[in-house]
Amino acid sequence: MTQKLKAIIIGPGNIGTDLLMKMQRSNWIEPVWMVGIDPTSEGLKRAQEMGIKTCDSGVDGILDAVIEDDIRIAFDATSAYVHAENSRKLNELGVIMIDLTPAAIGPFCVPPVNLKEHTKKLEMNVNMVTCGGQATIPMVAAVSQVQSVNYSEIVATVSSKSVGPGTRKNIDEFTRTTARAIEQVGGAEKGKALIIINPAEPPMLMRDTVHCLLDSEPNEALIRASVEKMVEKVQQYVPGYRLVNGPVFDGKRVSIFLEVEGLGDFLPKYAGNLDIMTAAALRTAEIFAEEVANNEIKLPERAANHIS
Amino acid sequence: MDLRNRYVVLHDMSLRDGMHAKGHQISLDEAVKVATGLDEAGVPLIELTHGDGLGGNSVNYGFAAHSDEDYLNAVIPKLKNAKTSVLLIPGIGTVDDLKRARDCGADMVRVATHCTEADVSEQHLNWARENGLETVGFLMMSHMISKEKLAEQAKLMESYGAQCVYCTDSAGYMLPDEVTSKIKSLRDALKPETDIGFHGHNNMSMAVANSLAAIEAGALRIDGSVAGLGAGAGNTALEVLVAVLNRMKAHTGIDLYQIMDVAEDLIVPLLDQPIRVDRNSLTLGYAGVYSSFLLFAKRAEEKYGVSARDLLVELGKRGTVGGQEDMIEDLALTMSLNRN
Repeated sequence: MTQKLKAIIIGPGNIGTDLLMKMQRSNWIEPVWMVGIDPTSEGLKRAQEMGIKTCDSGVDGILDAVIEDDIRIAFDATSAYVHAENSRKLNELGVIMIDLTPAAIGPFCVPPVNLKEHTKKLEMNVNMVTCGGQATIPMVAAVSQVQSVNYSEIVATVSSKSVGPGTRKNIDEFTRTTARAIEQVGGAEKGKALIIINPAEPPMLMRDTVHCLLDSEPNEALIRASVEKMVEKVQQYVPGYRLVNGPVFDGKRVSIFLEVEGLGDFLPKYAGNLDIMTAAALRTAEIFAEEVANNEIKLPERAANHIS
Repeated sequence: MDLRNRYVVLHDMSLRDGMHAKGHQISLDEAVKVATGLDEAGVPLIELTHGDGLGGNSVNYGFAAHSDEDYLNAVIPKLKNAKTSVLLIPGIGTVDDLKRARDCGADMVRVATHCTEADVSEQHLNWARENGLETVGFLMMSHMISKEKLAEQAKLMESYGAQCVYCTDSAGYMLPDEVTSKIKSLRDALKPETDIGFHGHNNMSMAVANSLAAIEAGALRIDGSVAGLGAGAGNTALEVLVAVLNRMKAHTGIDLYQIMDVAEDLIVPLLDQPIRVDRNSLTLGYAGVYSSFLLFAKRAEEKYGVSARDLLVELGKRGTVGGQEDMIEDLALTMSLNRN
């Protein structure tokens, strides 16, 4: 389809590979390059076998190809440390950057809640928050769209196997970033995030609990309807996103109990936390592409010749 | 068992683990009275904060009567000899919380992780060491892994800067042989200058026996609470342990009669319910479930009409770990819906 936007993925690890597999099924985004820094990377080999062009010299290695290959979207699944540089170089070339790292130099994006705000403004860098954020902020928003939420707290419980070394070294950041996004995107006055890692075998599916403390007595029917509608929206890109229990009402408290089962593309099904990140990132790119195709937004003009 | 002339450092949990038993509602006045009483009795280490550590104030675990800073600021200036520690569970508390605690005068941080997840404690232990706090690594639910794996996790914490590592029987599941074997394993694996600690719960009435086994196997520090005020069936009762250690001619530096008085005159009047091995707390120990789940399971039973014991047994089967209080309500909902 001519309306597909062409994309690169930076970071051939688990997230990058899972993203690539999802992208190959996409009607809106076409993966062209997988970019890494290690020539011996398994992920680059896999991408090659999938028919994708690969580069093992980092983002610098593909800058010249950006215009030639009409790359319009980049996904960064590397680390916060290198993200700013990646983003700068690619934004300069008119490429929209979707940040799956904790760098968060661009605004937070939770597709069913605030993606349209970003596409309207043609935001050139959006950040996917955290896995816990992607799983829970839609629910916070579902409640805050009905009634004022003074405080919202999320509890993300993830299997030990699906938490990588990056998150473990920076677990504080996970809680801080998620809490900020609960406020900025979820609409709660104050947010808090807790994360628990559970090593049970076989690995458990991701569980997320959302507690909201409202300003006033909850309108149960409206909240229930809003929550159910939002669950359906998320299920459009994460079919394994389920409302297990709730919404439960107790005084001014509303609690929602969720489960996220991954598709099992590259990541195993229990890694729903990682799956929701790749699915949300791809969904974000797809909406950009849809809006470009519908002429709702225009991609940035860019020079025919790039001088690096 | 010969513990003659062994020196044991007892670390009081009444004002931290005890918070679990009080729904985190110990008042500042009560905290000051208990802490000063313990200090005068010669207790060298006192832990303060919400039951779930710094940052624990939440819907999930309950909101305490006061902020951690308020507790620290009320108690610390009143202490003459005792040092204070704070608990920090990564994923709940952060380095920012730790900074604030340090600024209130806390001497020590105990960074607690589930026994298989020591690597989430790196940033906190590192920061603490670099910023003048004494450091302890705390491996929770230690009954859930082998002694070899426990030693590996302990070594990680040691490498991040922990000066002492604890084998923690959060569920009160262990029996003395297991304690002996795990403490020995830690003692063999860790450097001689790294101390070993043991934290017991009395859910199977084994807390004192387990503590003795730990000391014999090489533990220097033992956690306990006055009158056992703590989660589940409580912690090892300090006044009882002091009496036992006195009989065995070990040294704690604690005056037995004074600590007995703190238990009887200060803690007992505070109790909302007796701290005992009852049907539910025995189930916690038997099924290997985190002790702080006790009151939550009781509340879920009242609210949803599902037996607390059934809840706890199922939570144990599912391998639920510390911090997963949300799963108690979730499971109660599921069980009550399935019933109808």
